[in-house]
Amino acid sequence: MTDLAAPKADEHTKELNTETLNGAEVLLRVLSELGVEVVFGYPGGAVLPIYDALFKQDHIRHILVRHEQAAVHAAEAYARSTGKTGVVLVTSGPGATNAVTGLVDALMDSIPLVCLSGQVPTKLIGNDAFQEADTTGITRPATKHNYLVRTPETLAPTVREAFAVAQGGRPGPVLIDLPKDITVGKAPLAPAMPTPAMKRLQKVAAQNRPTQDAIARTLEAMKTAKKPLFYTGGGIINSGPHAAELLRTLARKTGFPVTSTLMGLGAFPSPDPQFLGMLGMHGAVEANMATHGCDLLIALGVRFDDRVTGRVDAFSPNSFKVHADIDPSQIDKIIPVDIRLEGDVGETLEALLAGWGETETPDLTPWWNQIASWRSVDGFGFTQDMAPEAVIRPQYAIQRLYELVKESGRDTFVSTEVGQHQMWAAQHFQFDKPNRWLTSGGLGTMGYGLPAAVGAQVAHPDALVIDIAGEASTLMNIQELGTIAQYRLPVKIFILNNRYMGMVRQWQELLHGSRYSQSYSEALPDFVKLAESFHGTGMRATNVGELDKVIRDMLAHDGPVIADICVAEGENCYPMIPSGAAHNQMLLGPDQDSAAAGLTEEGMMLV
Amino acid sequence: MSDTASTDIIQNSVISVLIENESGALARVVGLFSGRGYNISSLTVAQVDERQGLSRITVLTSGTPMVIQQIKAQLKRLVPVHAVSDLTEEGAFVGRELALVKIVSSGEDRTEALRIAESFRARRVDSTATSFVFELTGAPEKIDAFIELMRNLGLADISRTGIAAIARGPEVFAPLVFHPSEETV
Repeated sequence: MTDLAAPKADEHTKELNTETLNGAEVLLRVLSELGVEVVFGYPGGAVLPIYDALFKQDHIRHILVRHEQAAVHAAEAYARSTGKTGVVLVTSGPGATNAVTGLVDALMDSIPLVCLSGQVPTKLIGNDAFQEADTTGITRPATKHNYLVRTPETLAPTVREAFAVAQGGRPGPVLIDLPKDITVGKAPLAPAMPTPAMKRLQKVAAQNRPTQDAIARTLEAMKTAKKPLFYTGGGIINSGPHAAELLRTLARKTGFPVTSTLMGLGAFPSPDPQFLGMLGMHGAVEANMATHGCDLLIALGVRFDDRVTGRVDAFSPNSFKVHADIDPSQIDKIIPVDIRLEGDVGETLEALLAGWGETETPDLTPWWNQIASWRSVDGFGFTQDMAPEAVIRPQYAIQRLYELVKESGRDTFVSTEVGQHQMWAAQHFQFDKPNRWLTSGGLGTMGYGLPAAVGAQVAHPDALVIDIAGEASTLMNIQELGTIAQYRLPVKIFILNNRYMGMVRQWQELLHGSRYSQSYSEALPDFVKLAESFHGTGMRATNVGELDKVIRDMLAHDGPVIADICVAEGENCYPMIPSGAAHNQMLLGPDQDSAAAGLTEEGMMLV
Repeated sequence: MSDTASTDIIQNSVISVLIENESGALARVVGLFSGRGYNISSLTVAQVDERQGLSRITVLTSGTPMVIQQIKAQLKRLVPVHAVSDLTEEGAFVGRELALVKIVSSGEDRTEALRIAESFRARRVDSTATSFVFELTGAPEKIDAFIELMRNLGLADISRTGIAAIARGPEVFAPLVFHPSEETV
């Protein structure tokens, strides 16, 4: 199966001192030195020396997943929910290629991650050896940076540098390809010293600050704006809980409304009256209308994703725009702005707060009145038939889930898969703390939520971790039920089962003449039995009368649960800005009165 | 409110990148251009600083001002990149390209090719009874003009290096190390 030129057993029984460490041991020493506590991985030939070294130590815990993609998603959620860097360990060839989806996911959502991949011995590289793949070549556009360790001396410095790169500036995934001869052979454990690249990055980071002038001009704009809006994103989460605190303070002092991207949810408390909800394709009416109508748009740690902007030339057409981001390449990328605030968004918020000082909260009554009229449309509203035998609407299921979770008072982490259920979760589940919302935003990876729940639960063993799932998405990484069982992770998998790839079905209905090509979830498993076969508990709610009991039972159970919530099959996710339309051209659902929203007929006709 | 009036004009830009001479470094730059749909008209690369292990990549590209800004910002994100400079934007620069041009002809055409080569100060670096290889250095436009004139005179093959460029005057955008005492990190 693999190259068996492994070290002789007696070599490992010697007492470990730095002279006799092999590469795998050096690797683990450096990981410990960097504060790594958990590694998500899957063994294989090229990483056997690392697994052997793992076996002989007890500082680092290894979580055995059932597929390498899941290892990366679990590490992403671990990172997102703790603020630490996630670590993944996979073997060469298929181990590394399986990890690629997760790496791109982390790249798109700016998640700090280090992926260690095995590689065939350096002498065999390029020979099409067994389980060889050009991993650095394949992952070059899938990572922030990657390395192939070619000499034992570069091993320890490379691992340290990889963590610095993953965490520094805008975070992202970094891959280190480790040929087997490097991990098997002796390697020096040099003391921690910044590498030239680390020094360079530190220098760049130190200079990455908004100019005084830019801050002053922003404050000037803030003091004179009549219709201001904070548009906040994942950058605030990445900057740390402190940045979320600063945002709350600044919002309170200025009285400005706040909208958030999907990735930014939790940075500002969603039940707060100053919060307009998520903006974008399935965002709140008031958030989108305010974005369209504001005269000052202050973008904080966002990247003007197309799911947010809709039609770019119609995006927030009359506003003065300020953009704060740690990654200068994101500023002026999609939407040209008037003021650039380069640098960590937390530090920028601090500068803005200091500059705002005790300035009186401006009178924004007309603006808030306007927002109130948009809000009255209640774009997320729905009517649930409360007869016990009535079909459950998915929005209602999430609303009840939130209310009962809130009642429990537990610290709660929510992951999602990708699709309608993800949007409904974003709309109807409320967050008041950052780092609690784990979703695949940029890449939109179906199958993210279940392994993400694994990662979050590993990081927070006592917390309540819920994967709000769709029946189609969750099947993409359903094998992780094995991981959940092995580590006794009390993850709750809350499946909104509408027997369709719902978002695909919705687009087919709206854009392709209701031709439901391949979007029906044919031959679904019995999720209750599926849970049981993986040593968990399965529950099912088929009507409104059963819903609350199932949710309560699920929350009360101290082990893993799959709750199969059978919901209305034809439900669409509204509001919706059709692809290529402007924010004031939202489609509303059957429950809303579109005239009240002041939406144009032209906009209503777009789909 | 941002000014969007001049955003659609396509401009040429010569971008100079100082990058660590590690394996895969060129692939990162080229992959960035292809992955994001940026244009490469020409690209040259060679080591320029042995002590620091730095190579210079000179890219001739084109795009709207917003795209050119993006190209530079994206290049700066690459970990092995030490410095990025937009020579077109930053003032006067010298841009030179070398071309080897093979002419296979006889009689009148052969004489005419030789005469034109002289007027362009192209060097004859190989001669046979039926062919010449000319070496020509200059701005890309000059080489284009030379090739155009040779088209009817037996033009048989061309090899061009792409543009290498450097700013005029004493300004240096990222210091290289030529003496041990000046070593920087």
